Formats: sequence, C-alpha cells, structure tokens
Amino acid sequence: MVNVQSIPSPAIHPDERSQEADHPSSQVALFGMDQPLPLDCGIDLAPFQIAYQTYGELNAARSNAILVCHALTGDQHVANLHPVTGKPGWWETMVGPGRPLDTDSYFIICANVIGGCMGSTGPASTNPATGKLWGLDFPIITIPDMVRAQAMLLDRLGIDTLFSVVGGSMGGMQALQWTAAYPKRVFSTLAIACSTRHSAQNIAFHELGRQAVMADPDWHGGRYFEQGTHPHRGLGVARMAAHITYLSDAALHRKFGRRMQDRDLPTFSFDADFQVESYLRHQGSSFVERFDANSYLYLTRAMDYFDIAADHSGVLAQAFRGIQTRFCVVSFTSDWLFPTSESRALVHALNASSARVSFAEIETDRGHDAFLLDVPEFFDISRAFLQSAGKARGLTGTGKP
Amino acid sequence: MTMQQEVLPLNGMARPDTGHYRGDHLLLAEMVERGSKVLDVGCGDGDLLQLLESRGIDGRGIELSREGVNRCVAKGLAVVQGDADTDLVNYPDDAFDYVILSQTLQATRQPRAVLENLLRIGRRAIVSFPNFGFWRMRLQLLVGGHMPRTENLPATWYDTPNIHFCTIKDFVQLCDEINVKMERAVALDLYGRPLRVNMPWWFWNMFGEQGVFLLSRAEKTK
Repeated sequence: MVNVQSIPSPAIHPDERSQEADHPSSQVALFGMDQPLPLDCGIDLAPFQIAYQTYGELNAARSNAILVCHALTGDQHVANLHPVTGKPGWWETMVGPGRPLDTDSYFIICANVIGGCMGSTGPASTNPATGKLWGLDFPIITIPDMVRAQAMLLDRLGIDTLFSVVGGSMGGMQALQWTAAYPKRVFSTLAIACSTRHSAQNIAFHELGRQAVMADPDWHGGRYFEQGTHPHRGLGVARMAAHITYLSDAALHRKFGRRMQDRDLPTFSFDADFQVESYLRHQGSSFVERFDANSYLYLTRAMDYFDIAADHSGVLAQAFRGIQTRFCVVSFTSDWLFPTSESRALVHALNASSARVSFAEIETDRGHDAFLLDVPEFFDISRAFLQSAGKARGLTGTGKP
Repeated sequence: MTMQQEVLPLNGMARPDTGHYRGDHLLLAEMVERGSKVLDVGCGDGDLLQLLESRGIDGRGIELSREGVNRCVAKGLAVVQGDADTDLVNYPDDAFDYVILSQTLQATRQPRAVLENLLRIGRRAIVSFPNFGFWRMRLQLLVGGHMPRTENLPATWYDTPNIHFCTIKDFVQLCDEINVKMERAVALDLYGRPLRVNMPWWFWNMFGEQGVFLLSRAEKTK
C-alpha cells in the first residue's frame, strides 16, 4: 500500500487552549445582563466579555488611543508572547517602541473579536445559561457586531475618540466599519489589504474551509468538546487552503520551488515529498493548536456577510458622506485575496465623499500576508501617515498633548 | 489672437526661486486662494502639495507612479495612486475649488477630455505645460533637424512619456474650442520667470518656455 501521511495531531492539548476562551491571559471587560450586545441577527447577547491587551500609556487628554483590529486568525496578543504558543506577538514589527505604531507615543488597544476563541465571548466560551460551551448555539455574528462590542469596550475605558483605528484584512474591514459607523469617534483610519465587501471568490474559499471542518468526523456537529475531540484534520485542511490564498505564486516559487523535503528522490507515495507540502502541513497543524474550529466557522461567516455599501442603499460613497476622518489605504501588488482593485474602489468612494485619503500600493511578491511581514516601505508609509495625523490632532512627538 | 484682451495679468506674484520651491510652483501657488481645496493631478513627489499645505490650503493629489505616490504618502500628504486619463471620471462635480495639472497635460492620452474633467471636478483649473513653440524648440527642429530636447525635457523621442506636446497657441485654441474661460495666463522664461504681460501672443509663444493658465468654465452663451 502506498504510504499515506495525514496532518499530525496538535502538540498542545485542546483543553490547554480552551482555558483561554473563558479565562484569558489578558485584561477582561465583563458586560452583564444589563448591558447586552445587540447583534445584527436580532439577538441581544448578554452577558458577554471582551479580552484585550494594551500597550503604551493613555495621555491626559485621552487623545492618543489607537485601536488595532486583528485579522481572521489573529488575536489581541499583538506585541507580547502568545500565551498558548509562546511565540512573539503577530504584529511586533509594527507595534512597539520606535515602531510605526509607537508605544512611546500612542496608547495601543487590541481586543479579541466577539466570536473569537482567545477570551472574548464566542462559540468556545461557556454559555452561562447552560453551563456548557456555546458551540453552534452561539448566534451568528458580523463585522458590525465586532465593532459594536469594541465601541462598548472603549466606553468602558473612557475613550471617546480614537486617534486611529488600524487593521489589515478582517482587521481592515473592522477599521472601515468603525469609521462608517462612528465617524465622529475616529480621527484617522489605516485600512490595509482589505475591502468594503467580501468578494465571491473569498466567500468561496471560506466555504471550502468550513466544509473541510464540518466534514471531519471529529467535528460532531460542533459538539466535539463533549466528545473530547477536536476536528484538527478538517481545520488543518481549512488552514492549508486559506494559507495558499495568503501567499502568491511568485512567493511560493521563490520560497520552495519544486525542492524536495529531506530527500533527493520522490518516494512514490503521498508522503510530503515537496517542501511546499511539508510547509503547508506545518501551517495546518500549528494553527489547530491555537484556534477553535467553531470559532473559525463563525469568523469566516462574519467576513462573508461584510458589505458596507449594502447598508447604505448600495452606494459606498454614502457610507462616508461628509466624513472628516483622515484615511490611509494600503494594498500590495501580489495580494490576490484582497487585490488592489478592491482598495481602489474604496478610494474612489472616499474621493466621491471628499474624504482626505492617501492610497499607496506597495510592490511585493509576498501576497496578502505582506501586511504581517517586514516590508519597510509599508512601515514608512504607516509611520508617516500616523505622524501627519498626529500633527493635525495636536499630538506632540511623544504623543503627549 | 483675440483672446489677449480677456487675459488678465497676474498681480502680486512672488519672485521665482524663493526658498527651496520651484519658481513655477510658487507661481501656481500664488494663483490659489487661501483656505481653498485643491487637487493636484500628477503631483509627482508632492513638492507643490507641500508648498500649498504650508499656506493653509487643503491639498490632495493623484500620481501615476507608485514610487511618487509612496514618497508623497511618506511625507504625510493625501495622495492616491491613479491615472489622470482614467480616474478623473470617478471624482464628483465641483469637488474642489481648484484642480492643478502641472507639467502633466502633455503626458496624457486624451488632453482634451482631461481638461474637460478638470473643469468639471474643480470650479477652476490651473494648467501649466512646456511650450513646444519656444524658440529653442523651433531652432532644434529647424536647424538641428531632430526632435527637441531641453534641460526640463531631457527625454529622447523614443522614451519620453510626453506624447501630446503643444504650443501656447495650440492650447489657447483648445480652450476656445471647448468653451473654457482663461482668467489669467502667464508665460515663463527658461528660468521660471514670468515674461512681461503686455506682450502679444506670438511673443509669448516664441519666448515662453512654459505656459501657465488659470481657467474657469465659460458661460454657456457662446
């Protein structure tokens, strides 16, 4: 029989990760029955909690706060060691002392999105009404729901206006939603590698990922935690497929080509002969260590439903009419998940709304993931945009008013 | 050349080569009223936008080259990557007080359509362009027998982005054809200094190295 090797089981036990869902290694804002989160699906979610991290100091005028919105599989651990994986924060290149999002100047907040699995209420959290995990009983959430929850967190923190809201990919969607929903609360917006609506192709990729999860017998209709299992194969496949969309043909070729993994000749089997296979399997197996399968279903769904124009009679420019917020839109040449054309459509709408907008397309072969990588031109632009916005906001070089 | 009477001289013009700004940029900036909103089409590295912003003018830019855009954004300017030929149609009517097209008209594919769009988007347009009727251009073609090249236009015919050269005379004719009102016109010499205003058109067309025009929409009663 031909040798077959499937995705290995995760090294970290699911229980270890699920601890984070209810009792995160982060600050937590609790919202009781008296402060429900009104969801787009019509349900009032209460009680619920938001897990968040902060970096830097809020100035006396409370005018230097930047909200960082994380992407689909990100979390609030932007610039600190991850409590589950022990790896550095996902945006340490961007956030920190002297970085473009300078923690010496700005007060940075990042909250786990509602529906996530790192401490904000989601399908991996315990439903207080039943004492069991939510699973698929959790209501469907949307990008506007995530943003509404973040706004409640900011109210709790006593921050009326954000100096900036910054995000890439799903984080960029939140940044745009923030600006459309609360234009008076957002002084500037840095929207990276994102779109005002999820494309048919992107919905299709998400559906592929969800079907992979649900086809795994270990998924058990979403109640895998009651069976002591986790659909790590299905979620791993979902991650592998998604990961391809985060890269580019050129980047894959440059990184791996057709090179073999620890061997010189093909094994004539379905073993991971090629480096690119081995790499993808690693991406799949390391992802399932830190991410909840149901949460993946919910968050991909939230992105699918995102369409700002649809909430404004189909006219995108209406969403930003008369807006005073300063925008910077950034795209990457090799990003085929959120291609430049999507950013350009946004920029046209912002121009039509007479918004103050900068738009830069960065040349790179690293695909959608470029926003998480070391791309100096992207850092320069982000830094300059925030500095010039800071000047307009009256922030001094140190961010203190 | 009956247009001359309608062209008003430029008052209170700053001396060229003031500070580190280009002479023609200072001239363009002088034409813009303070507190107004300006779109600079083909803004390059953003030098003119910086000058405008330093004077309290709300400036935005479009630039074709990715490098130029990124340098502008890195200076904190509100500049978007775009093409004058294809992207101006996306701007609404009357979005700006002024739309500036500085040394870019000759590089557009459809100068006439671009010019019409400038005056749709902006209440006024300021256009500057190299004058192909400049005596040194004429001399190079007449005596040298080759396509003219100058300090400001050093590209050879086969690698130049400038595909629609015109003379001051040609431009005035186009304005007339598409019913555009010329509020001010200035011809600059080789050093970016304005020529005397009370000269006839043929003189400007011969001795102006570039032309700068402040335009507005003419009344519909032509």
